Amino acid sequence: MRFLVFAEHHEDGFVKNSLGVLSKAAALGDVDAVVVGAGADLAARLGKHGAKNVHVASGDDSLTPPLPQPRVDVLAQLAPEYDAVLFGQSVLAADVAAGLAARLDAGLNWDLVDLELRPAQDGAAELVGKRPALQDSVYVDVGWTSSPRIALFRSGSFDPQESGGEAETREVEVELRDFSTRTTMVEQAHAEAEGKSIEDADVIVAGGRGLGSPDNFTLAEELAKALGGAVGATRAVVDAGWYPYSAQIGQTGKTVSPKLYVALGISGAIQHKVGMQSSGTIVAINKDANAPIFEFSDLGVVGDVHEIVPKLTELVRARKG
Amino acid sequence: MRIAVCVKHVPEGPSRIDAQTLRLDRSGEGALNHFDANAVEEALRLKGDSDTEVVAVSLGPQQALDSLRKALAMGADRAVLVSDDAAAGSDLVATSRLLAAALEREEADLVLFGQQASDADGAVLWAAVAERLGRPVVSQVMELSVDGGSVRVKRQTEFGYDTLEAPLPAVVAVSDAINEPRYPSLKGIMGAKKKPQDVLSLADVGIEAGQAGEAGSRTTVLALGDPPARGDARKIEGDADAAQAIVDFLAEKRLL
Repeated sequence: MRFLVFAEHHEDGFVKNSLGVLSKAAALGDVDAVVVGAGADLAARLGKHGAKNVHVASGDDSLTPPLPQPRVDVLAQLAPEYDAVLFGQSVLAADVAAGLAARLDAGLNWDLVDLELRPAQDGAAELVGKRPALQDSVYVDVGWTSSPRIALFRSGSFDPQESGGEAETREVEVELRDFSTRTTMVEQAHAEAEGKSIEDADVIVAGGRGLGSPDNFTLAEELAKALGGAVGATRAVVDAGWYPYSAQIGQTGKTVSPKLYVALGISGAIQHKVGMQSSGTIVAINKDANAPIFEFSDLGVVGDVHEIVPKLTELVRARKG
Repeated sequence: MRIAVCVKHVPEGPSRIDAQTLRLDRSGEGALNHFDANAVEEALRLKGDSDTEVVAVSLGPQQALDSLRKALAMGADRAVLVSDDAAAGSDLVATSRLLAAALEREEADLVLFGQQASDADGAVLWAAVAERLGRPVVSQVMELSVDGGSVRVKRQTEFGYDTLEAPLPAVVAVSDAINEPRYPSLKGIMGAKKKPQDVLSLADVGIEAGQAGEAGSRTTVLALGDPPARGDARKIEGDADAAQAIVDFLAEKRLL
Protein backbone atom coordinates (compact mmCIF):
# COMPACT_ATOMS: atom_id res chain seq x y z
CA MET A 1 0.00 0.00 0.00
CA ARG A 2 1.30 3.47 -0.90
CA PHE A 3 0.96 6.25 1.63
CA LEU A 4 1.34 10.00 1.34
CA VAL A 5 1.94 11.92 4.59
CA PHE A 6 1.36 15.64 5.00
CA ALA A 7 4.53 16.79 6.79
CA GLU A 8 3.73 20.00 8.64
CA HIS A 9 6.60 22.29 9.52
CA HIS A 10 6.94 25.26 11.80
CA GLU A 11 9.92 27.52 11.31
CA ASP A 12 12.88 25.19 10.68
CA GLY A 13 11.53 21.94 12.04
CA PHE A 14 8.73 19.45 11.53
CA VAL A 15 5.78 19.11 13.87
CA LYS A 16 6.31 16.01 16.03
CA ASN A 17 2.82 14.72 15.24
CA SER A 18 3.43 14.52 11.51
CA LEU A 19 6.78 12.77 12.06
CA GLY A 20 4.98 10.21 14.22
CA VAL A 21 2.43 9.59 11.46
CA LEU A 22 5.22 9.33 8.89
CA SER A 23 7.00 6.69 11.00
CA LYS A 24 3.77 4.72 11.39
CA ALA A 25 3.14 4.77 7.64
CA ALA A 26 6.72 3.63 6.96
CA ALA A 27 6.06 0.60 9.17
CA LEU A 28 2.96 -0.29 7.10
CA GLY A 29 4.16 0.25 3.53
CA ASP A 30 5.82 2.59 1.06
CA VAL A 31 5.55 6.18 2.13
CA ASP A 32 6.16 9.53 0.47
CA ALA A 33 5.72 12.90 2.11
CA VAL A 34 4.63 16.32 0.97
CA VAL A 35 6.03 19.59 2.30
CA VAL A 36 4.38 22.86 1.38
CA GLY A 37 6.00 26.26 1.75
CA ALA A 38 9.50 25.16 2.75
CA GLY A 39 12.70 24.37 0.90
CA ALA A 40 14.16 21.07 -0.29
CA ASP A 41 16.85 21.08 2.44
CA LEU A 42 14.27 20.82 5.16
CA ALA A 43 12.21 18.33 3.15
CA ALA A 44 15.17 15.96 2.68
CA ARG A 45 15.32 15.45 6.46
CA LEU A 46 12.13 13.39 6.23
CA GLY A 47 14.14 10.51 4.77
CA LYS A 48 15.38 9.47 8.17
CA HIS A 49 11.78 9.03 9.35
CA GLY A 50 10.98 6.69 6.47
CA ALA A 51 9.94 8.88 3.52
CA LYS A 52 11.16 7.61 0.13
CA ASN A 53 10.19 10.63 -1.94
CA VAL A 54 9.28 14.07 -0.71
CA HIS A 55 7.16 16.35 -2.86
CA VAL A 56 8.08 19.97 -2.26
CA ALA A 57 5.77 22.82 -3.20
CA SER A 58 7.33 26.20 -2.60
CA GLY A 59 7.16 27.93 -5.95
CA ASP A 60 4.43 30.42 -5.09
CA ASP A 61 4.44 33.04 -2.31
CA SER A 62 0.91 32.16 -1.27
CA LEU A 63 2.20 28.74 -0.19
CA THR A 64 4.35 30.23 2.57
CA PRO A 65 1.85 31.23 5.30
CA PRO A 66 0.35 28.19 7.08
CA LEU A 67 -3.12 28.41 5.48
CA PRO A 68 -5.11 25.36 4.41
CA GLN A 69 -6.62 26.07 1.02
CA PRO A 70 -3.47 26.40 -1.13
CA ARG A 71 -2.33 23.14 0.52
CA VAL A 72 -5.53 21.45 -0.64
CA ASP A 73 -4.58 22.43 -4.20
CA VAL A 74 -1.15 20.83 -3.77
CA LEU A 75 -2.43 17.63 -2.19
CA ALA A 76 -5.31 17.25 -4.64
CA GLN A 77 -2.72 16.99 -7.42
CA LEU A 78 -0.72 14.28 -5.66
CA ALA A 79 -3.33 12.27 -3.74
CA PRO A 80 -4.88 10.26 -6.62
CA GLU A 81 -1.55 8.38 -7.01
CA TYR A 82 -1.76 7.03 -3.46
CA ASP A 83 -3.89 4.53 -1.56
CA ALA A 84 -4.04 6.71 1.56
CA VAL A 85 -3.20 10.27 2.63
CA LEU A 86 -2.36 10.68 6.32
CA PHE A 87 -2.35 13.74 8.60
CA GLY A 88 -1.37 14.37 12.24
CA GLN A 89 -3.94 16.53 14.04
CA SER A 90 -3.38 20.28 14.04
CA VAL A 91 -5.49 23.33 13.31
CA LEU A 92 -3.91 23.49 9.84
CA ALA A 93 -3.90 19.76 9.08
CA ALA A 94 -7.58 19.28 9.96
CA ASP A 95 -8.62 22.03 7.55
CA VAL A 96 -6.40 20.65 4.77
CA ALA A 97 -7.67 17.09 5.28
CA ALA A 98 -11.34 18.13 5.20
CA GLY A 99 -10.88 20.38 2.18
CA LEU A 100 -9.10 17.56 0.35
CA ALA A 101 -11.88 15.10 1.21
CA ALA A 102 -14.48 17.42 -0.30
CA ARG A 103 -12.35 18.20 -3.38
CA LEU A 104 -11.81 14.50 -4.20
CA ASP A 105 -15.04 13.11 -2.70
CA ALA A 106 -12.70 10.92 -0.65
CA GLY A 107 -13.54 9.49 2.76
CA LEU A 108 -12.01 11.14 5.84
CA ASN A 109 -11.82 9.38 9.20
CA TRP A 110 -10.66 11.68 11.99
CA ASP A 111 -9.45 11.42 15.58
CA LEU A 112 -7.84 8.05 14.84
CA VAL A 113 -5.38 6.63 17.35
CA ASP A 114 -4.15 3.67 15.30
CA LEU A 115 -4.04 2.22 11.81
CA GLU A 116 -3.54 -1.36 10.64
CA LEU A 117 -3.57 -3.49 7.53
CA ARG A 118 -5.85 -6.51 7.70
CA PRO A 119 -6.07 -9.32 5.18
CA ALA A 120 -9.22 -8.84 3.11
CA GLN A 121 -11.32 -11.52 1.39
CA ASP A 122 -9.85 -11.01 -2.07
CA GLY A 123 -6.31 -11.53 -0.81
CA ALA A 124 -5.55 -7.82 -0.80
CA ALA A 125 -5.06 -5.84 2.39
CA GLU A 126 -7.72 -3.68 3.97
CA LEU A 127 -6.84 -0.50 5.86
CA VAL A 128 -8.60 -0.18 9.22
CA GLY A 129 -8.49 2.82 11.54
CA LYS A 130 -9.13 2.84 15.28
CA ARG A 131 -11.23 5.70 16.57
CA PRO A 132 -12.26 6.35 20.19
CA ALA A 133 -15.83 7.61 20.55
CA LEU A 134 -18.29 8.66 23.26
CA GLN A 135 -15.65 10.15 25.58
CA ASP A 136 -13.29 7.30 24.68
CA SER A 137 -15.65 4.70 26.20
CA VAL A 138 -15.91 2.85 22.87
CA TYR A 139 -13.21 2.08 20.29
CA VAL A 140 -14.62 1.97 16.78
CA ASP A 141 -12.99 0.20 13.82
CA VAL A 142 -13.48 2.39 10.77
CA GLY A 143 -12.78 1.86 7.09
CA TRP A 144 -12.98 3.54 3.72
CA THR A 145 -15.06 2.61 0.66
CA SER A 146 -12.99 4.40 -1.98
CA SER A 147 -9.45 5.52 -2.69
CA PRO A 148 -7.55 7.58 -1.71
CA ARG A 149 -8.39 7.07 1.95
CA ILE A 150 -7.83 10.13 4.12
CA ALA A 151 -6.96 9.81 7.81
CA LEU A 152 -6.40 12.40 10.53
CA PHE A 153 -4.69 11.12 13.69
CA ARG A 154 -5.11 12.31 17.23
CA SER A 155 -2.08 14.11 18.68
CA GLY A 156 0.51 11.84 20.26
CA SER A 157 -0.79 8.64 18.62
CA PHE A 158 2.65 7.61 17.33
CA ASP A 159 6.20 8.40 18.38
CA PRO A 160 8.57 9.50 15.62
CA GLN A 161 11.07 6.76 14.75
CA GLU A 162 14.35 7.20 12.94
CA SER A 163 15.13 4.62 10.29
CA GLY A 164 18.06 6.44 8.76
CA GLY A 165 17.01 6.36 5.11
CA GLU A 166 17.43 9.06 2.53
CA ALA A 167 14.67 10.81 0.66
CA GLU A 168 14.62 12.15 -2.84
CA THR A 169 12.97 15.51 -3.18
CA ARG A 170 11.01 16.65 -6.18
CA GLU A 171 9.49 20.03 -6.82
CA VAL A 172 5.75 20.12 -7.54
CA GLU A 173 4.30 22.56 -10.03
CA VAL A 174 1.08 23.78 -8.49
CA GLU A 175 -1.97 25.33 -10.03
CA LEU A 176 -3.77 27.30 -7.34
CA ARG A 177 -7.49 27.85 -7.42
CA ASP A 178 -8.69 31.41 -7.31
CA PHE A 179 -10.58 31.05 -4.00
CA SER A 180 -7.69 29.20 -2.39
CA THR A 181 -5.52 32.29 -2.25
CA ARG A 182 -8.07 34.86 -1.08
CA THR A 183 -7.24 34.58 2.62
CA THR A 184 -4.22 36.65 3.57
CA MET A 185 -2.04 36.50 6.66
CA VAL A 186 -1.85 39.99 8.12
CA GLU A 187 0.24 39.15 11.14
CA GLN A 188 1.65 36.13 12.93
CA ALA A 189 2.47 36.60 16.61
CA HIS A 190 4.36 33.55 17.76
CA ALA A 191 5.13 33.53 21.43
CA GLU A 192 8.04 31.27 22.32
CA ALA A 193 8.65 30.16 25.86
CA GLU A 194 11.87 31.01 27.60
CA GLY A 195 13.89 28.10 28.92
CA LYS A 196 12.80 24.48 28.74
CA SER A 197 9.65 23.85 26.71
CA ILE A 198 6.78 22.13 28.50
CA GLU A 199 6.69 19.66 25.60
CA ASP A 200 9.92 18.09 26.88
CA ALA A 201 9.05 18.06 30.60
CA ASP A 202 8.66 14.73 32.43
CA VAL A 203 6.37 16.32 35.00
CA ILE A 204 3.80 19.04 34.37
CA VAL A 205 1.68 20.83 36.94
CA ALA A 206 -1.11 22.67 35.14
CA GLY A 207 -3.54 25.23 36.47
CA GLY A 208 -7.06 26.17 35.42
CA ARG A 209 -9.80 28.56 36.44
CA GLY A 210 -10.29 26.64 39.68
CA LEU A 211 -7.10 28.23 41.03
CA GLY A 212 -9.29 31.29 41.53
CA SER A 213 -6.85 34.08 40.68
CA PRO A 214 -3.61 34.73 38.78
CA ASP A 215 -1.69 35.02 42.06
CA ASN A 216 -2.63 31.46 42.94
CA PHE A 217 -0.51 30.19 40.05
CA THR A 218 2.29 30.26 42.61
CA LEU A 219 0.63 27.10 44.00
CA ALA A 220 1.27 25.40 40.65
CA GLU A 221 4.77 26.87 40.37
CA GLU A 222 5.82 25.76 43.85
CA LEU A 223 4.52 22.24 43.33
CA ALA A 224 6.15 22.03 39.88
CA LYS A 225 9.45 23.12 41.41
CA ALA A 226 9.20 20.52 44.16
CA LEU A 227 8.44 17.78 41.60
CA GLY A 228 11.12 19.00 39.20
CA GLY A 229 8.59 19.82 36.51
CA ALA A 230 7.17 22.61 34.39
CA VAL A 231 3.98 24.68 34.66
CA GLY A 232 1.13 24.44 32.18
CA ALA A 233 -2.15 26.33 31.82
CA THR A 234 -5.59 25.98 30.24
CA ARG A 235 -6.87 28.20 27.46
CA ALA A 236 -9.38 29.80 29.83
CA VAL A 237 -6.67 31.18 32.12
CA VAL A 238 -4.48 32.23 29.18
CA ASP A 239 -7.45 34.07 27.65
CA ALA A 240 -8.04 35.72 31.03
CA GLY A 241 -4.43 36.90 31.09
CA TRP A 242 -3.44 34.86 34.18
CA TYR A 243 -0.61 33.01 32.48
CA PRO A 244 1.34 33.30 29.20
CA TYR A 245 0.25 31.56 26.03
CA SER A 246 3.54 29.66 25.82
CA ALA A 247 2.32 27.50 28.73
CA GLN A 248 -1.07 26.73 27.16
CA ILE A 249 -1.91 23.04 26.79
CA GLY A 250 -4.73 21.94 24.52
CA GLN A 251 -6.12 21.88 21.02
CA THR A 252 -4.76 25.35 20.25
CA GLY A 253 -1.72 25.11 22.44
CA LYS A 254 0.94 22.56 23.23
CA THR A 255 0.32 18.84 23.11
CA VAL A 256 2.15 17.15 25.95
CA SER A 257 2.66 13.60 27.19
CA PRO A 258 4.73 13.80 30.39
CA LYS A 259 5.18 10.85 32.75
CA LEU A 260 3.14 12.74 35.36
CA TYR A 261 0.45 15.35 34.77
CA VAL A 262 -1.03 17.13 37.77
CA ALA A 263 -4.18 19.15 36.99
CA LEU A 264 -5.11 21.82 39.52
CA GLY A 265 -8.61 23.31 39.28
CA ILE A 266 -9.00 22.13 35.67
CA SER A 267 -12.44 20.95 34.57
CA GLY A 268 -11.12 18.88 31.65
CA ALA A 269 -12.93 20.47 28.71
CA ILE A 270 -12.34 18.76 25.36
CA GLN A 271 -10.09 21.62 24.20
CA HIS A 272 -7.74 20.87 27.11
CA LYS A 273 -8.11 17.09 27.08
CA VAL A 274 -6.83 16.64 23.54
CA GLY A 275 -3.55 18.29 24.55
CA MET A 276 -2.73 16.08 27.54
CA GLN A 277 -4.69 12.83 27.37
CA SER A 278 -1.67 10.75 26.36
CA SER A 279 0.16 11.64 29.59
CA GLY A 280 1.48 8.65 31.56
CA THR A 281 -0.20 9.22 34.92
CA ILE A 282 -2.83 11.91 35.46
CA VAL A 283 -3.63 13.29 38.91
CA ALA A 284 -6.47 15.81 39.16
CA ILE A 285 -7.57 17.99 42.05
CA ASN A 286 -10.91 19.74 41.58
CA LYS A 287 -13.65 20.70 44.01
CA ASP A 288 -16.38 19.77 41.50
CA ALA A 289 -16.96 16.01 41.82
CA ASN A 290 -18.62 16.00 38.38
CA ALA A 291 -15.72 17.63 36.52
CA PRO A 292 -15.04 15.73 33.27
CA ILE A 293 -11.32 15.53 34.13
CA PHE A 294 -12.08 12.77 36.65
CA GLU A 295 -13.20 10.55 33.76
CA PHE A 296 -9.64 10.32 32.44
CA SER A 297 -7.59 10.71 35.63
CA ASP A 298 -5.68 7.90 37.28
CA LEU A 299 -6.12 9.57 40.64
CA GLY A 300 -8.97 12.00 41.10
CA VAL A 301 -9.12 14.14 44.24
CA VAL A 302 -12.35 15.95 44.98
CA GLY A 303 -11.19 18.80 47.16
CA ASP A 304 -9.93 22.36 47.47
CA VAL A 305 -6.65 23.08 45.67
CA HIS A 306 -5.91 25.92 48.10
CA GLU A 307 -6.00 23.50 51.04
CA ILE A 308 -4.37 20.49 49.45
CA VAL A 309 -1.61 21.86 47.21
CA PRO A 310 0.50 23.68 49.83
CA LYS A 311 0.50 20.54 52.00
CA LEU A 312 1.30 18.39 49.01
CA THR A 313 4.23 20.63 48.03
CA GLU A 314 5.58 20.42 51.57
CA LEU A 315 5.30 16.62 51.65
CA VAL A 316 7.00 16.27 48.26
CA ARG A 317 9.84 18.57 49.38
CA ALA A 318 10.28 16.63 52.60
CA ARG A 319 10.38 13.35 50.73
CA LYS A 320 12.88 14.54 48.16
CA GLY A 321 14.94 15.91 51.05
CA MET B 1 -25.87 41.33 4.68
CA ARG B 2 -26.96 37.75 5.30
CA ILE B 3 -25.26 35.46 7.80
CA ALA B 4 -25.94 31.72 7.79
CA VAL B 5 -25.10 29.88 11.00
CA CYS B 6 -24.73 26.11 10.77
CA VAL B 7 -25.97 24.31 13.87
CA LYS B 8 -26.24 20.68 14.94
CA HIS B 9 -28.79 18.92 17.10
CA VAL B 10 -26.85 16.53 19.34
CA PRO B 11 -27.99 13.85 21.80
CA GLU B 12 -28.26 15.06 25.37
CA GLY B 13 -27.07 13.02 28.32
CA PRO B 14 -25.37 9.64 28.04
CA SER B 15 -25.10 8.53 24.41
CA ARG B 16 -24.89 5.09 22.89
CA ILE B 17 -24.01 3.63 19.53
CA ASP B 18 -26.66 1.32 18.11
CA ALA B 19 -25.12 -2.16 17.79
CA GLN B 20 -27.20 -2.92 14.66
CA THR B 21 -26.71 0.22 12.58
CA LEU B 22 -23.33 1.13 14.19
CA ARG B 23 -24.62 4.70 14.24
CA LEU B 24 -25.03 7.07 17.13
CA ASP B 25 -28.49 6.60 18.64
CA ARG B 26 -30.28 9.89 18.00
CA SER B 27 -33.72 8.80 19.19
CA GLY B 28 -33.54 10.31 22.67
CA GLU B 29 -33.58 13.88 23.91
CA GLY B 30 -31.37 16.30 22.07
CA ALA B 31 -30.13 19.85 22.31
CA LEU B 32 -28.28 22.51 20.36
CA ASN B 33 -24.58 21.58 20.21
CA HIS B 34 -23.25 24.02 22.77
CA PHE B 35 -20.27 25.02 20.62
CA ASP B 36 -22.76 26.20 17.98
CA ALA B 37 -24.31 28.64 20.47
CA ASN B 38 -21.07 30.64 20.17
CA ALA B 39 -21.56 30.87 16.41
CA VAL B 40 -25.19 31.97 16.81
CA GLU B 41 -24.13 34.57 19.39
CA GLU B 42 -21.41 35.92 17.09
CA ALA B 43 -23.89 36.25 14.21
CA LEU B 44 -26.27 38.16 16.48
CA ARG B 45 -23.45 40.39 17.70
CA LEU B 46 -22.48 41.19 14.10
CA LYS B 47 -26.12 41.86 13.27
CA GLY B 48 -26.64 44.24 16.18
CA ASP B 49 -29.38 46.69 15.22
CA SER B 50 -28.68 46.46 11.49
CA ASP B 51 -30.94 44.90 8.87
CA THR B 52 -28.58 41.93 8.54
CA GLU B 53 -30.51 38.67 8.36
CA VAL B 54 -29.35 35.71 10.46
CA VAL B 55 -30.41 32.29 9.15
CA ALA B 56 -29.84 29.15 11.23
CA VAL B 57 -29.25 26.09 9.03
CA SER B 58 -29.22 22.47 10.15
CA LEU B 59 -29.17 18.97 8.77
CA GLY B 60 -30.76 16.20 10.80
CA PRO B 61 -33.92 14.46 11.93
CA GLN B 62 -37.17 16.39 12.53
CA GLN B 63 -36.23 16.81 16.21
CA ALA B 64 -33.43 19.12 15.06
CA LEU B 65 -36.14 21.78 14.81
CA ASP B 66 -35.83 22.04 18.62
CA SER B 67 -32.26 23.24 18.26
CA LEU B 68 -33.13 25.57 15.42
CA ARG B 69 -35.86 27.08 17.62
CA LYS B 70 -33.26 27.67 20.30
CA ALA B 71 -31.25 29.65 17.73
CA LEU B 72 -34.41 31.56 16.80
CA ALA B 73 -35.14 32.21 20.48
CA MET B 74 -31.65 33.65 20.87
CA GLY B 75 -32.46 36.05 18.03
CA ALA B 76 -31.91 34.41 14.64
CA ASP B 77 -34.46 35.52 12.04
CA ARG B 78 -35.19 32.34 10.14
CA ALA B 79 -34.45 28.61 10.24
CA VAL B 80 -33.82 26.03 7.55
CA LEU B 81 -33.71 22.28 8.25
CA VAL B 82 -32.72 19.73 5.64
CA SER B 83 -34.34 16.53 6.85
CA ASP B 84 -34.65 13.34 4.88
CA ASP B 85 -34.51 9.66 5.84
CA ALA B 86 -32.12 9.11 2.93
CA ALA B 87 -29.61 11.48 4.58
CA ALA B 88 -29.20 9.40 7.76
CA GLY B 89 -25.72 7.98 8.21
CA SER B 90 -24.04 10.63 6.03
CA ASP B 91 -20.28 10.97 6.59
CA LEU B 92 -18.20 14.10 5.97
CA VAL B 93 -18.27 13.78 2.18
CA ALA B 94 -22.06 13.40 2.08
CA THR B 95 -22.83 15.87 4.89
CA SER B 96 -20.71 18.62 3.37
CA ARG B 97 -22.40 18.03 0.01
CA LEU B 98 -25.90 18.41 1.51
CA LEU B 99 -25.03 21.36 3.69
CA ALA B 100 -23.28 23.19 0.84
CA ALA B 101 -26.36 22.63 -1.34
CA ALA B 102 -28.61 24.13 1.35
CA LEU B 103 -26.21 27.05 1.83
CA GLU B 104 -26.02 27.76 -1.93
CA ARG B 105 -29.74 28.55 -1.80
CA GLU B 106 -29.20 31.09 0.95
CA GLU B 107 -26.47 33.05 -0.84
CA ALA B 108 -25.13 34.15 2.54
CA ASP B 109 -22.24 36.62 2.69
CA LEU B 110 -20.87 34.93 5.77
CA VAL B 111 -21.27 31.30 6.88
CA LEU B 112 -20.47 30.62 10.54
CA PHE B 113 -19.69 27.34 12.30
CA GLY B 114 -19.02 26.47 15.96
CA GLN B 115 -15.76 24.94 17.09
CA GLN B 116 -16.79 21.29 16.95
CA ALA B 117 -19.66 18.87 17.33
CA SER B 118 -19.91 17.56 20.87
CA ASP B 119 -21.30 14.19 19.77
CA ALA B 120 -18.86 13.15 17.03
CA ASP B 121 -15.96 15.37 18.16
CA GLY B 122 -15.79 16.46 14.53
CA ALA B 123 -13.99 19.72 13.85
CA VAL B 124 -13.67 19.49 10.10
CA LEU B 125 -17.01 20.25 8.44
CA TRP B 126 -16.41 23.95 7.69
CA ALA B 127 -13.33 23.30 5.56
CA ALA B 128 -15.20 20.71 3.50
CA VAL B 129 -18.20 23.01 3.06
CA ALA B 130 -15.99 25.97 2.12
CA GLU B 131 -14.28 23.80 -0.49
CA ARG B 132 -17.62 22.84 -2.02
CA LEU B 133 -18.78 26.46 -2.00
CA GLY B 134 -15.44 27.66 -3.40
CA ARG B 135 -14.98 30.20 -0.62
CA PRO B 136 -12.14 31.20 1.68
CA VAL B 137 -12.23 29.61 5.14
CA VAL B 138 -10.70 30.46 8.51
CA SER B 139 -11.04 28.40 11.71
CA GLN B 140 -10.40 28.72 15.47
CA VAL B 141 -11.45 32.37 15.35
CA MET B 142 -11.48 34.22 18.68
CA GLU B 143 -12.13 37.75 17.35
CA LEU B 144 -14.16 38.60 14.29
CA SER B 145 -15.04 41.84 12.55
CA VAL B 146 -16.68 42.58 9.22
CA ASP B 147 -15.51 45.69 7.45
CA GLY B 148 -16.90 46.54 4.06
CA GLY B 149 -16.50 43.50 1.90
CA SER B 150 -14.15 41.47 4.07
CA VAL B 151 -13.71 39.73 7.41
CA ARG B 152 -10.75 40.32 9.66
CA VAL B 153 -10.11 37.70 12.33
CA LYS B 154 -7.74 36.90 15.11
CA ARG B 155 -7.28 33.23 15.81
CA GLN B 156 -5.24 30.93 17.97
CA THR B 157 -3.18 28.02 16.67
CA GLU B 158 -0.60 25.71 18.26
CA PHE B 159 2.07 28.35 17.74
CA GLY B 160 0.45 31.62 18.74
CA TYR B 161 -1.93 34.14 17.30
CA ASP B 162 -2.67 34.84 13.62
CA THR B 163 -4.46 37.86 12.20
CA LEU B 164 -6.10 37.00 8.89
CA GLU B 165 -8.23 38.75 6.32
CA ALA B 166 -10.58 37.24 3.76
CA PRO B 167 -13.01 38.81 1.30
CA LEU B 168 -16.71 37.98 1.57
CA PRO B 169 -18.37 35.65 0.88
CA ALA B 170 -16.42 33.56 3.37
CA VAL B 171 -16.74 30.68 5.83
CA VAL B 172 -15.61 31.20 9.44
CA ALA B 173 -15.44 28.68 12.29
CA VAL B 174 -15.38 30.40 15.69
CA SER B 175 -13.83 29.01 18.87
CA ASP B 176 -15.79 28.91 22.11
CA ALA B 177 -13.46 31.61 23.45
CA ILE B 178 -15.03 34.21 21.15
CA ASN B 179 -18.03 35.14 23.32
CA GLU B 180 -20.50 34.12 26.03
CA PRO B 181 -23.70 33.00 24.34
CA ARG B 182 -26.84 34.71 25.62
CA TYR B 183 -29.71 32.80 27.17
CA PRO B 184 -32.96 33.11 25.23
CA SER B 185 -35.40 35.47 26.94
CA LEU B 186 -39.02 34.47 27.52
CA LYS B 187 -39.99 36.96 24.83
CA GLY B 188 -37.44 35.38 22.51
CA ILE B 189 -38.80 31.90 23.16
CA MET B 190 -42.37 33.01 22.51
CA GLY B 191 -41.35 34.93 19.40
CA ALA B 192 -39.39 32.00 17.97
CA LYS B 193 -42.56 30.07 17.24
CA LYS B 194 -43.71 32.69 14.76
CA LYS B 195 -40.44 32.93 12.85
CA PRO B 196 -40.16 31.16 9.46
CA GLN B 197 -38.98 27.54 9.76
CA ASP B 198 -38.50 25.71 6.48
CA VAL B 199 -38.06 21.96 6.35
CA LEU B 200 -36.49 20.81 3.08
CA SER B 201 -36.03 17.38 1.54
CA LEU B 202 -32.99 16.26 -0.45
CA ALA B 203 -34.91 16.94 -3.64
CA ASP B 204 -35.60 20.49 -2.48
CA VAL B 205 -31.86 21.19 -2.30
CA GLY B 206 -31.16 19.32 -5.55
CA ILE B 207 -29.42 16.28 -4.13
CA GLU B 208 -30.20 12.75 -5.29
CA ALA B 209 -30.66 10.01 -2.71
CA GLY B 210 -27.56 8.17 -3.99
CA GLN B 211 -25.40 11.18 -3.07
CA ALA B 212 -26.57 11.17 0.54
CA GLY B 213 -26.60 8.83 3.53
CA GLU B 214 -24.48 5.71 3.39
CA ALA B 215 -24.76 5.56 -0.40
CA GLY B 216 -23.13 8.97 -0.69
CA SER B 217 -20.51 8.32 2.00
CA ARG B 218 -16.93 7.17 1.56
CA THR B 219 -16.22 5.91 5.08
CA THR B 220 -17.71 3.03 7.01
CA VAL B 221 -17.94 1.76 10.56
CA LEU B 222 -16.75 -1.86 10.76
CA ALA B 223 -17.04 -2.84 14.41
CA LEU B 224 -17.30 -1.58 17.97
CA GLY B 225 -14.81 -2.57 20.63
CA ASP B 226 -13.71 -1.84 24.17
CA PRO B 227 -11.10 0.82 24.92
CA PRO B 228 -7.72 -0.32 26.23
CA ALA B 229 -7.76 -0.55 30.02
CA ARG B 230 -6.42 2.57 31.70
CA GLY B 231 -5.45 0.76 34.87
CA ASP B 232 -7.61 1.13 37.93
CA ALA B 233 -8.57 4.77 38.28
CA ARG B 234 -9.04 5.90 41.87
CA LYS B 235 -11.03 8.77 43.31
CA ILE B 236 -10.79 10.21 46.81
CA GLU B 237 -12.79 12.96 48.49
CA GLY B 238 -12.04 15.48 51.21
CA ASP B 239 -9.16 17.80 51.99
CA ALA B 240 -7.80 16.39 55.23
CA ASP B 241 -5.71 13.42 54.10
CA ALA B 242 -5.66 14.18 50.39
CA ALA B 243 -2.07 15.47 50.23
CA GLN B 244 -0.71 12.35 51.92
CA ALA B 245 -2.85 10.12 49.71
CA ILE B 246 -1.43 11.79 46.58
CA VAL B 247 2.15 11.36 47.81
CA ASP B 248 1.48 7.67 48.56
CA PHE B 249 -0.01 7.23 45.10
CA LEU B 250 2.97 8.89 43.39
CA ALA B 251 5.39 6.81 45.43
CA GLU B 252 3.56 3.63 44.50
CA LYS B 253 3.80 4.60 40.81
CA ARG B 254 7.51 5.41 41.30
CA LEU B 255 6.96 8.99 40.27
CA LEU B 256 8.71 10.52 43.28
